[in-house]
Amino acid sequence: MTLLTTVFAAIICTVIWYRHAPADEMKISILCLMYWGASIMWFVDAVFEYSELQAAYFTPAPADMLNDLYLGLSVVALGLVIWLVILFIKDPKGVVRASLLRKKQ
Amino acid sequence: MACFLVPTAEAIVTTIVTKTVKNKEAKAVTVDSKNAEISEKIPFSRKLGWLNNMLWGGSALLAFEHLWHGEITPFFPFLTAAASQADTTAMLQEMATVGVAMAVIVTAIWGCMVAASDAIEKRASKDENAQIAENCGDVQ
Repeated sequence: MTLLTTVFAAIICTVIWYRHAPADEMKISILCLMYWGASIMWFVDAVFEYSELQAAYFTPAPADMLNDLYLGLSVVALGLVIWLVILFIKDPKGVVRASLLRKKQ
Repeated sequence: MACFLVPTAEAIVTTIVTKTVKNKEAKAVTVDSKNAEISEKIPFSRKLGWLNNMLWGGSALLAFEHLWHGEITPFFPFLTAAASQADTTAMLQEMATVGVAMAVIVTAIWGCMVAASDAIEKRASKDENAQIAENCGDVQ
């Protein structure tokens, strides 16, 4: 479920990035790569888990599934927070700097 | 257990490599600008940046998952699996299999991305050259 949630987040971000490409003012590409990186890593983890559990891997307990979904959503939220921090630090539109300077004046 | 540590270690190495490559490219651009030659190719440091983003992002989110499952603690030795000899062995085994596989596959996918972008760049320059040759033929 965590893998699935992250893959969907990666796909949505990639579609948003593609719609606005080649412009990348909001640094969506960073978010895309971050989610894709995590998705690949969880996919590898899932392959190893599948090799151990076999078919049982696809029939998790409802409580485990819910916990994994909750984790997946939290992971997506954390990814968004990391992206926001990077966006504010890089400040490609100069919005943060402009608002800070205006406050100082 | 601690599989994310392998991609994290790779991310540290690739970040250092990216900084070095970026410095070299900056020097090369200065030389190029003196010769009035502008390269339109995507710099390799930017391509390395894709790998960095995937490795750092993936490792950070995976670290959060380990924290969620109580496998990381805020106090020494920081990994619950490092508390006993048997758990440490299992952790190292997992790092050697799952962790290495994660790092290798992320790098392999990045390699495919670089190969694809190189192919697109080559095709674009070929088309550009053909267009220039065609225009020259029209003038003559």
